[in-house]
Amino acid sequence: MPRLSAEERHRVAFVLNGRPVEGQAEPRMLLTDFLRHVLGMTGTHVGCEHGVCGACTIEVDGVPARACLMLAVQADGATLRTVEGLAPEPGRLSLLQQAFRRHHALQCGFCTPGILMSLDNYLRDNPDPSEADIRTFLTGHLCRCTGYVPIVAAALDAAERLREAKHSA
Amino acid sequence: MKPAQFDYVRAESLAEAHDVLAAEGADATVLAGGQSLLPLLSTRLARPKVVIDIMRIPGLDVIAPAGDAIRIGAAVRQAKLAAWPELPGAQPLLARALPFVGHAQTRSRGTVCGSVAHADPSAEIPLVLLALAGEIILSSGRGQRRVPADAFFTGLMSTARADDELIEAVVMPRRRPGHGYAFREFARRHGDFAIVACAAIAGEQAARLAVGGVADRPVVFDGLPLDGTALDNALDRIADDLEARDDLHATADYRRDLVRRLGRATIAEARQCRA
Repeated sequence: MPRLSAEERHRVAFVLNGRPVEGQAEPRMLLTDFLRHVLGMTGTHVGCEHGVCGACTIEVDGVPARACLMLAVQADGATLRTVEGLAPEPGRLSLLQQAFRRHHALQCGFCTPGILMSLDNYLRDNPDPSEADIRTFLTGHLCRCTGYVPIVAAALDAAERLREAKHSA
Repeated sequence: MKPAQFDYVRAESLAEAHDVLAAEGADATVLAGGQSLLPLLSTRLARPKVVIDIMRIPGLDVIAPAGDAIRIGAAVRQAKLAAWPELPGAQPLLARALPFVGHAQTRSRGTVCGSVAHADPSAEIPLVLLALAGEIILSSGRGQRRVPADAFFTGLMSTARADDELIEAVVMPRRRPGHGYAFREFARRHGDFAIVACAAIAGEQAARLAVGGVADRPVVFDGLPLDGTALDNALDRIADDLEARDDLHATADYRRDLVRRLGRATIAEARQCRA
């Protein structure tokens, strides 16, 4: 049974956006800090640090998860996706990201990485959501700039274009 | 907002987890989905010396029919139970309450048993477990015991679990023929902690109502009239008996009023759902 001592740092390895990564972490290090400070992946934002605001939401083993509600050591061996993994190639945004830009679904942008990761996951399993579905789903995220109206519009627009893209593919 | 130092143990069997709990007692804490524990660690309301991660123990993430009940293992995540196709038929009250537990982004990680262990007085899963008269299976190196929900929840975030025990599973009774089930809660925003939550079971003669978010633990009332003035009077007594308190979110008076209105609406809905 592995027991990782409090004072030492331990190897943590996982797959991030399709590539294997590793680093050293004390048991108490949150996954948010591991992503940002150890791996230098600062796309994941840290807001409340206790699971309320949703800014740090990423995808862990295919489901949305608050990175601040995970220890880095818990992620050992897992498959993670962060906002850096959304764009299909440098200089080209995903359909969801394009919709956010078209609808001005961000102002300061602090909450955006978490909302994008949540919606990216949600729209995969729920290709034809209603506005009410989107609003219920977004209760897991706080945005203090937009009033959510453009975010909901962007999500519905992205859902439609994702359906079209799937249909024509 | 950073956790204090602790050792991290990745238990590979229940026996290993029991050993660490027996050795460390109250200095150890069990980590499952982490959706309640991590905020406690980060705010340092909890400062364990050892955190025991039980999520990689084989066989704990199983939803198993067990006679006229459903056994939900310690590693079963809320989203997994909510997506279980048999759930609405097996236990409609649980199916109706789960969408109110946190947010989609926390149900994906949070476990059913973890919410029971945390025993927040406004949490939905403890409320449902109490309403259904379910049981908690506790285990330790000393053996296993089953505790009825009513005896398990002893107060604000405190339970009958001994320091060397962990919750191995919870047992939720299945839907009973001729009974209707309903769940309602009032919160400022979907997914926030309930200001008042109600779970009702309506039989042919009487109703059972569990109320969360008001007292320091969920409370259950049996043998309530199904409707009419008799129900109003019973709900008045319940509202007055519950030790409601003023806090940031609502006054005690407001909560009492919600108990009356929400209680009545939930029982009415349960009556309509009787099959």
